[in-house]
Amino acid sequence: MKPPSGAQPLLELRGLRKSFGASEVVRGVDLAVVPRELVFVIGPSGSGKSTLLRMCNRLEEPSAGEIWFEGQNILAPGTDLNAVRRRIGMVFQSFNLYPHLNARDNVALALIHVLKQPREEAHARAVESLRKVGLGDRGEAKPAELSGGQQQRVAIARALALEPAIVLFDEPTSALDPELVGSVLAVLRELRSAGMTMMVVSHEMGFARGAADRVVFMESGRILADGPPETIFGAGAPQRIREFVASVEHR
Amino acid sequence: MQGLIDTFFNIAVMAQYLPKVLEGMVITVLLAIAVVLTGLALGFVLAVVRSAGLRVVNVLIVLFADVFRAVPPLVILITIYFALPTVGLRFTGFESAWIGLSLVLAAFAEEVIWAGILSVPRGQWEAARSSGLGFAQAMRLVILPQALRLTIAPLTSRAIVITKNTALASVVAVGEILYQAQAAYSFSYNPSPLTLGAIAYLVLFIPLVWLGRWVETRFAWKR
Repeated sequence: MKPPSGAQPLLELRGLRKSFGASEVVRGVDLAVVPRELVFVIGPSGSGKSTLLRMCNRLEEPSAGEIWFEGQNILAPGTDLNAVRRRIGMVFQSFNLYPHLNARDNVALALIHVLKQPREEAHARAVESLRKVGLGDRGEAKPAELSGGQQQRVAIARALALEPAIVLFDEPTSALDPELVGSVLAVLRELRSAGMTMMVVSHEMGFARGAADRVVFMESGRILADGPPETIFGAGAPQRIREFVASVEHR
Repeated sequence: MQGLIDTFFNIAVMAQYLPKVLEGMVITVLLAIAVVLTGLALGFVLAVVRSAGLRVVNVLIVLFADVFRAVPPLVILITIYFALPTVGLRFTGFESAWIGLSLVLAAFAEEVIWAGILSVPRGQWEAARSSGLGFAQAMRLVILPQALRLTIAPLTSRAIVITKNTALASVVAVGEILYQAQAAYSFSYNPSPLTLGAIAYLVLFIPLVWLGRWVETRFAWKR
């Protein structure tokens, strides 16, 4: 599943920076993601990895730099941000399901109001999308009636139903009880075999080792290392990365 | 004892002025409905506009809300009815009361609905906007359904308060309950019409207070 080298990037960050007041949390990041690639971003808390991810669909506005997506600079004035965002799925640490809607309507909402699909068609597609994450029979359930793992899978189904070109995952398993993590990672694994392009910020080192095409290590707002998991997790990796990985795996 | 009954519960006087007080009840109800509809609608619009985050507009909205929550409603009514004509704005008593009380209710409703919108977690906005929904769509489909549920109880109690303030309209010559009762009192030299007025208010507002209590238990902080 390793993408051919030299493929045209789907998403490319160039010299990206972000400051909150006086503190600069992302300090010049260059990163390219090619189609069908699974890029894992790891790093200590406060390293700027979540901010970096959230800039990719402009939930955070970059202070400087460029973001190219499907050949378009999405920071250019006049960019139709809603049109860009429907092509970029996003999955959050705290799921962010709409509590007043059942699982099916959570998934169908954007199908109806962004893609303008007829209600029946959107509902059918929503149930189909839920089925893919193993929740085809829970469409009528409200988020509060679902476990954390199920909620996160509904959130993934909600992102996938729009048929995005890439899905961004912001610590998708951090809020889950340990026994529920596996079900979410299983969905990620399936997406990878289906060829979905993904950028994942996470502390799941074991998963990154086995499933990622590339691992990016961030610290203090910069990328310190960027390479295949064998390199990043190998014995030859820089001391700082080995320390970090050890501290996460033995917490 | 007989004196007390003749003074406050004089059946003959009450019977004579009952039609006038009933007339007043109709006016009170009409004014109350007009004020609640206008005030809630205006407050809703202001809260939604405020959430768009336009600095200058928001300063004006906050100023409006603060002024109309600070000034006594009676002062506002008198200003509209007696002072605005000097600058060429002339309103009938009913219009003055309608406008004045609506503005007061709108000021409170705006604050309540704004607080409701703020109470919806940021992640809800982020989820909605990142799926390609625009600001107005996210507001209408995701934020408001959650925010309004929290505001139902406080808005109901606010609406009841403002409805009782329709009695202030008697000052600007609106023929509502208190005005009719006072007029009857001065014609008859007997306070029984005032008793009748009090009964009329009880008949109208006790059910509303009960409704408010029911709404509060039904919607209070349940998600």
